[in-house]
Amino acid sequence: MVEFIEYLGKRIILFFQQAGAVFILVWKAARYLSKIWNNRSLVLNQMLEIGVRSIPLVIFVGIFAGAVASVQTAYQLKGYISLNYLGAATSVAIFIELGPVLTALVIAGRVGASIAAEIGTMKVTEQIDALESLAIDPIRYLAMPRILSGFFMIPILTIIADFVGVLGAYVVAYINLGLPPEIFFGSVKEFFSILNVMSGLIKAFFFGGTTAIIGCYVGFNTTGGAEGVGKATIRAFVLSSALILLNDYILSVLLF
Amino acid sequence: MIAIRNLKKSFENKTVLRDVNLDIYDGEKLVIIGRSGCGKSVLLKHIVNLMQPDNGYILVDNIAIKRVGQKDLFHLRKQFGFLFQSAALFDSMTVVENIALPLVEHTDMTLKEINEKVAEKLELVGLPGVEYLKPAELSGGMKKRVGLARAIIMDPKYILYDEPTTGLDPIMAANIDKLIIELSEKLNVTSIVVTHDMQSVAKVADRVVMLHNGKIIFSGSIDELYATDNKVVNQFVTANAEGPIQPKPVTY
Repeated sequence: MVEFIEYLGKRIILFFQQAGAVFILVWKAARYLSKIWNNRSLVLNQMLEIGVRSIPLVIFVGIFAGAVASVQTAYQLKGYISLNYLGAATSVAIFIELGPVLTALVIAGRVGASIAAEIGTMKVTEQIDALESLAIDPIRYLAMPRILSGFFMIPILTIIADFVGVLGAYVVAYINLGLPPEIFFGSVKEFFSILNVMSGLIKAFFFGGTTAIIGCYVGFNTTGGAEGVGKATIRAFVLSSALILLNDYILSVLLF
Repeated sequence: MIAIRNLKKSFENKTVLRDVNLDIYDGEKLVIIGRSGCGKSVLLKHIVNLMQPDNGYILVDNIAIKRVGQKDLFHLRKQFGFLFQSAALFDSMTVVENIALPLVEHTDMTLKEINEKVAEKLELVGLPGVEYLKPAELSGGMKKRVGLARAIIMDPKYILYDEPTTGLDPIMAANIDKLIIELSEKLNVTSIVVTHDMQSVAKVADRVVMLHNGKIIFSGSIDELYATDNKVVNQFVTANAEGPIQPKPVTY
């Protein structure tokens, strides 16, 4: 029993230590926001890497998420509610939940893990020490551009996912159910609310920031060579995904 | 001048440095020797505050490096060039981008001026024409020389070399030794070399210190090193398996 309490105590202390370290990292990165113009090329590079290069994956995920939403919503509506409302039902689900969450989860796999692997490799091969020895702060040079790009690029990717998701849903509705475009998009338009889209984008903003922050934190704390980098990559993905879902719940309670 | 006073450092339960005191004088080529894992690289990293001591302090030109704020620390670090054991080149960048990084970050030089200075330093380390290769395309010796070019790009006052010849063939190792001596003479820098390569020590050192069990057990010239009656130093210098230093028994 004493051993268990001791173990529990150690885990709680470790949790608060790590949470504190994450906040310190974010605070240090935020202090460089005033010098964003001087660091614009670093930020633009990361926006390209995190945002633009994720577009094909987001389009793929968006189309199929929309298609699946359409099939399953049609299955649930059949016999109860007119399928004329299929467009409205799927689009609202895509805007407030599927678009931001699925985009964030695939970005956690593609970007969060890659940030942790890149920074982790730099850590174990002394490249972070090299940056410091050259009087360059790794938090400004590596973390700030990634975190900032995470916050702002994921909402943009979510807009793309929302758009192609609705298109995917329509294509399936047309092929499977023969629903004409004016009925599908008519119901989308009728029930469209900018607040739904905005709440999805607010979620995406926090999901993106969380993914990038966790990737950076795990990367900077990597130890143990190639094996350590592998573990860091997994840890970043698992932690980001869990925090995205936790954030999703908290933000859903706050926003709706 | 760098003054190291009562430096102590432990990792978990293992004490690596115990009350290390050392003065490093301007313009000298100081070589720190010792067995693998004796704390040589740890000592080197303390000098530029890449590691912080548990106790004690380091004065760089009479400034206590662990007490300065980040801005002053970075200002101090600009006076140092650090050649890492693995060269620590940024593998996402080309050779020219690696070497030019400190100039891009800390100066207002034009692209033309930066390229000229990079070419000048690459010439100095004997590697012209590799500007647009990535680190993965370079041999071990080339990486070390590019790392050296990066270390000297800001014309530092102090150059720290962490095992500069480890893993290199004897000819490449001799070339690196020659470079260390040439740079020291041409740029009039203070060189601090951490190594256990005794051939390198004999060529490079103005003064040698030996670290053993976290303490400095010898400080003197190369002639004094070979003449000392300290049995630990003797065993190390003559690479003798018999003597007071014995490898720890392996338990399976």
